Amino acid sequence: MIPELGQFALILALVLALVQSIFPLVGSLNRTPSWVALARPAAWGQFVFLAIAFAVLTHAFLVDDFSVVYVAQHGNTQLPTIYKFSAVWGAHEGSLLLWVLILGTWTVAVSLFGRHLPDVVLARVLSVMGMISIGFLSFLLFTSNPFERVFPAPLEGGDLNPLLQDFGLAIHPPMLYMGYVGLSVAFAFAISALMGGKLDAAWARWSRPWTLIAWVFLTIGIVLGSWWAYYELGWGGWWFWDPVENASFMPWLAATALIHSLAVTEKRGAFKRWTVLLALTAFSLSLLGTFLVRSGVLTSVHSFAADPARGLFILIFLFIVVGGSLVLYAVRAPDITRGGGFGMLSRESFLLGNNLLLLITTAFVLLGTLAPLLYDAMGWGKISVGFPWFNSMFVIFTPLLVILMGIGPLTRWKQHDPKMLGRTLRWAFVISVVAGIVAALPMLTDSLSAGFAIALSLWLTTTLLLTLQQRFRNKSGFAAIWRDMNGQGGRAYYGMWLAHLGIAVFIIGVTFVTQFDIEKDVRMSPGQEIELSGYVFRFDGTKVHQGPNYRSDLGTVHVSKNGRDVAVLHPEKRTYLVQTMPMTEAGIDAGFTRDIYVSLGEPVGGGDWALRLYYKPFVRWIWLGGLMIAAGGLLAASDKRYRMRLLALDSRTAAASAGKLSTEGRA
Amino acid sequence: MNPVRKKRMILIGMMVAGVAVAVGFALNAFNQNLMFFYPPSEVLAGAAPKDHPFRIGGLVSNGSVKRIGDGLTVRFDVTDQVKSVAVEYTGILPDLFREGQGIVAHGKLRDDGTFVADEVLAKHDENYMPPEVADSLKTAHEKATGTAVPETAQP
Repeated sequence: MIPELGQFALILALVLALVQSIFPLVGSLNRTPSWVALARPAAWGQFVFLAIAFAVLTHAFLVDDFSVVYVAQHGNTQLPTIYKFSAVWGAHEGSLLLWVLILGTWTVAVSLFGRHLPDVVLARVLSVMGMISIGFLSFLLFTSNPFERVFPAPLEGGDLNPLLQDFGLAIHPPMLYMGYVGLSVAFAFAISALMGGKLDAAWARWSRPWTLIAWVFLTIGIVLGSWWAYYELGWGGWWFWDPVENASFMPWLAATALIHSLAVTEKRGAFKRWTVLLALTAFSLSLLGTFLVRSGVLTSVHSFAADPARGLFILIFLFIVVGGSLVLYAVRAPDITRGGGFGMLSRESFLLGNNLLLLITTAFVLLGTLAPLLYDAMGWGKISVGFPWFNSMFVIFTPLLVILMGIGPLTRWKQHDPKMLGRTLRWAFVISVVAGIVAALPMLTDSLSAGFAIALSLWLTTTLLLTLQQRFRNKSGFAAIWRDMNGQGGRAYYGMWLAHLGIAVFIIGVTFVTQFDIEKDVRMSPGQEIELSGYVFRFDGTKVHQGPNYRSDLGTVHVSKNGRDVAVLHPEKRTYLVQTMPMTEAGIDAGFTRDIYVSLGEPVGGGDWALRLYYKPFVRWIWLGGLMIAAGGLLAASDKRYRMRLLALDSRTAAASAGKLSTEGRA
Repeated sequence: MNPVRKKRMILIGMMVAGVAVAVGFALNAFNQNLMFFYPPSEVLAGAAPKDHPFRIGGLVSNGSVKRIGDGLTVRFDVTDQVKSVAVEYTGILPDLFREGQGIVAHGKLRDDGTFVADEVLAKHDENYMPPEVADSLKTAHEKATGTAVPETAQP
């Protein structure tokens, strides 16, 4: 009976989504306040029903209700409780339910924090989000119903894919989806601005914090995914240019361009059309990502055995969204007024360069991701695009981006004096170039790439320090910094600072781990020692270990350096009992400047095992950089000027409609 | 043309030129990095390049997996159920590698007709079949029997 309630709740949510998308929009066009006012309650109602549906599915997993097909396929009585929770979004149907629940959450958040928006704008934004919700809810109900029943119910479930039985992966999809779906807010703001024909600085200021927060989640989601791939897949890589990774990376690149271009639109009123187009692009790319993951058209570690009807549905939805929004854009774009002009050497120019480079990179990732589909459709053969191509492309474009990234924050809006800029930059330039050359010398790293990376990182760091110097020219003391940080635009600046520094850290991590990592596949007998990059690895054999829902061979590897103990690692080869699927759990000794990584291959007879040993310098810096980027975004989103607007306008609306809003509470 | 517009045109011109060069490099590299996929029948028919890496895919033949040398090198046959090609790989195989499983390997043909793989991929879902492999099994079967396989017969 309970699962039917879930299905019923989903249907009601769909009905409310219809209400939420039709009435407020029509009401905003023919000026019917009562219709406009429907937006908020409909959004809230929809969210409540989605939450009920989600709770019902979670409950079904917790009580092992195998009469629900989805639970029977992915649940199991032996599954540890925490993974029963994450199993809810462990496969197609449930992850889509999570998707719409998150969309509902964002909608409610917009209706709460957007109370200061003009009613008509808010109504249109919620209406557009309702339309997206209709698309996904019908997809869920008509092609991928998570509440479908099977009678008689099986006695035991098929268990969650062992790869997903891991903490990192339990939280990776929700984070990523928060990012993907969060971009729908920027999209909805863009569409509503296009409808209203009013694209101004206010529009940019409203959608900026939302875009930032969505981007932060997307960043965290991608970082988590990369970290998970590193320790869970057992082959030590952190990024594979897998189509599905690309699917999350493309919206990230577009959203990164968007947050920078929104800054120009807000501050200078320029780039308006471009910014709108970026907002449409970013969300379209996240829909494309969904299509790529869910349709099974691409060979990827993430592909599930897929149903072609599902792929077709998302493809049609994608065409409606992209086509519809582009048509609206084409109709409205000519009305958009031109923004303020700017000189050749100005912050606008550098941000334009940033946008251009980010979008070119996006286009190339898109090319590399879709080329196999195109070739297949055209009958040109079955291809895949090599890993090295993606890498070499980034080696071309990232340095350009980093050079601009160093100069941009030091320039003024509108016009900057070239001589003055030269004077400001000369020491940063000299320091980074000299340090880069020194680092590349044979007695140090003996690697041009490493020298180049150090030069780029130092360039970023020194120019960032210069911006600090400019900012504190007339201030001194701790208190001044604290005041500055909490003043208007303060956290936006420090957020930028932290995020850009994160890029510097990331560059070091990526370059050092790709240039200097050492990998060795070896056959080892118990007691045997092998040396790798100064570390001595002693294999102490394996023993059988019994886990909650798996059995494993648990190896012991003793690592020492110069006779001193460094770590005892326990790489594991698990066999999950239900899916009889082998899984490698790597043994990792994590460190700030290096990881030591051991994974068990297979037994090769006589107690000997094939082992893979890695020495990975600075690999943690990759994720550390990623987290700094995300933290920077969060800091920027908490800037006072977004909150000030909220407070100022809240008191005004509160005064205007005293009592009416107070019942809804303030988040 | 007013001076502001002229400046802007120069700026845009410079950007376009810079971008065009970079795009040229990238596209050139793209062509060199395309990796074609061939099922075993086509490899034996001589369709696959001799000196260029490519990907081969199919099912691992039952009973064909053998360890040679010190045990780190594995030799097995990949089949599209019509023809099969011997593959050699040194290193640790992915977790889901086993006989009967669909795999994709990346590498080069050696003169003796053995495919020397530098990477072997098996997918992370035991029910999942790489689309290329599923397709090639289907076409191979159609050629062999002269009949189309109904969709539902595909794993």
